Amino acid sequence: MTDTALHTNSRSPGVIVLRWGLFLILGLFALFYLMPLFVMLTTSLKSLEEIRTGSLVALPREVTFEAWRTAWSGACTGIQCEGLRPYFWNSVILAIPAVAISTILGAMNGYVIAQWKFKGANFVFSLLLFGCFIPFQVVLLPMARMLGLLGIAGTIPGLIFVHVIYGLGFTTLFFRNYYVTIPAELVKAAKVDGAGFFRIFWSIFLPLSLPIIVVTIIWQFTQIWNDFLFGVSFSQAGTQPVTVALNNIVNSTTGVKEYNVDMAAAIIAALPTLLVYVVAGKYFIRGLTAGSVKG
Amino acid sequence: MTEWLERHIPKMVLAPSFIAILVFVYGFIAWTGWVSLTRSKLLPKYDIVGLIQYERLFDSPRWDTALTNLWIFGGLFITTAMVLGLMLAILLDQKIRVEGALRTIYLYPMALSMIVTGTAWKWIMNPGLGLQKMVQDWGFENFTFDWVINPDRAIYAVVIAGVWQSSGFVMALFLAGLRSVDGEIIKAAQVDGIPNWRIYTAIIIPSMAPVFLSAFIVLAHLAIKSFDLVIALTGGGPGYATDLPATYMYAMAFSRGDIGQAASSAMVMMAVVFAIIVPYLYSELRAKHD
Repeated sequence: MTDTALHTNSRSPGVIVLRWGLFLILGLFALFYLMPLFVMLTTSLKSLEEIRTGSLVALPREVTFEAWRTAWSGACTGIQCEGLRPYFWNSVILAIPAVAISTILGAMNGYVIAQWKFKGANFVFSLLLFGCFIPFQVVLLPMARMLGLLGIAGTIPGLIFVHVIYGLGFTTLFFRNYYVTIPAELVKAAKVDGAGFFRIFWSIFLPLSLPIIVVTIIWQFTQIWNDFLFGVSFSQAGTQPVTVALNNIVNSTTGVKEYNVDMAAAIIAALPTLLVYVVAGKYFIRGLTAGSVKG
Repeated sequence: MTEWLERHIPKMVLAPSFIAILVFVYGFIAWTGWVSLTRSKLLPKYDIVGLIQYERLFDSPRWDTALTNLWIFGGLFITTAMVLGLMLAILLDQKIRVEGALRTIYLYPMALSMIVTGTAWKWIMNPGLGLQKMVQDWGFENFTFDWVINPDRAIYAVVIAGVWQSSGFVMALFLAGLRSVDGEIIKAAQVDGIPNWRIYTAIIIPSMAPVFLSAFIVLAHLAIKSFDLVIALTGGGPGYATDLPATYMYAMAFSRGDIGQAASSAMVMMAVVFAIIVPYLYSELRAKHD
């Protein structure tokens, strides 16, 4: 529809008024979406005194980074007061292997399901696909016990394990839907030339896969970084991911409520995924729509 | 031997994931279902006694609140996000020069954790220092906006934050849908002098039925799973005024030590998701085979 957008070329006064109205509405909505980010940012740069006396949406009279320093390395999450830093790193060392492993497994699974069909492959795919939709509450209790049995309860490897398992459905789906569009003749020809399963993947499919790898990595990273349910259920003091620590800081009841620290902590926790969104928004959106509109 | 291996490699590659899903998804669902039929309390028991956990569940006023909240939250969240998303998509579709920038702005909340969203909105809606105080300082002394601490209003505060987070995503879905409508038909309609709003209501929107369905599924799914947002925004409170099934289940499992209740509430959540997802998946898979 790019070349047939619904507007006329006439420049009558009515059309001009309509255009301005359109921009006004779109602008107001932009303000609505930006307002919380703006409020978070300005609040995090104010002193507590200024927060109490000033207006919610006012710019800081005096910019201070004190709240940021506290949020990063001094704020209390319950009894410990080390700020968000250790938990931020927990999330980093949790997300990297979890994203890598689930992406690699998803690529292999997708490759098999799309190009090496065997009897029952589609059944396996349906099972995986369905696993994407279950409410995770239904696996929380047995998983808590299973992690205990495996001796990884409350540890970061335990959380990595959980994220890999429940990420498989989506990563497989992404790769399967991508590889299904590659003509089967390609595999047939390569087989005639004597190439095997892994060789074909390595030299034909992998070089074609960059876009879907980026989509999958971004999707998985966003999911895992932003996860709270698994983090709060399967971690213990010291191994919590950043979202859990943020919630603990905000809801910690000791001492004065430091709203500026809460806001700085919230921004810190949001920065990695925001950054990914700004840098690779196109792929982020593709993942979102691929995850909802099944191909 | 190598030939045998070559033939079976695809299966062997898929096998670990297959087993993992079988155990950790389907096996675990079965475990939860089983335990929901027992007298499990602090520790799981395995003697089936029937539906007593479900009876307890539906007798519990707290669960009643959680379910009512799910309908209120789900209904308002889905409708508002859909209406807003469709409206923004149509407005953005009018050859706007700054479309890219606006799209980026509308959609960025989707990249945030619900915990971040909840934290931000909790501060904005803080009656003492947030919006309420700001508007009162402007001279509207009687203005009140205390939804987060008002038991009768708190669930609507959750709706606001949820819509803020997800409506941009719905906009992106609809925009993609609008762009995939056949341009020739629209051109023909324009040539015939049919007004734009008629083109939208009579041609474009009806042809986007699948997009509506997708958006609905995604939003319904988000609503049922909503847990972090409530925890961060209201903590389920005041009291348990904003409890949802997800927070009820979590409270039973991890703070009340009532595994039977946790399991049965999880199974009810599962049933709700099934009721929505199964017909959808079924129709999708069928459409593929036809």
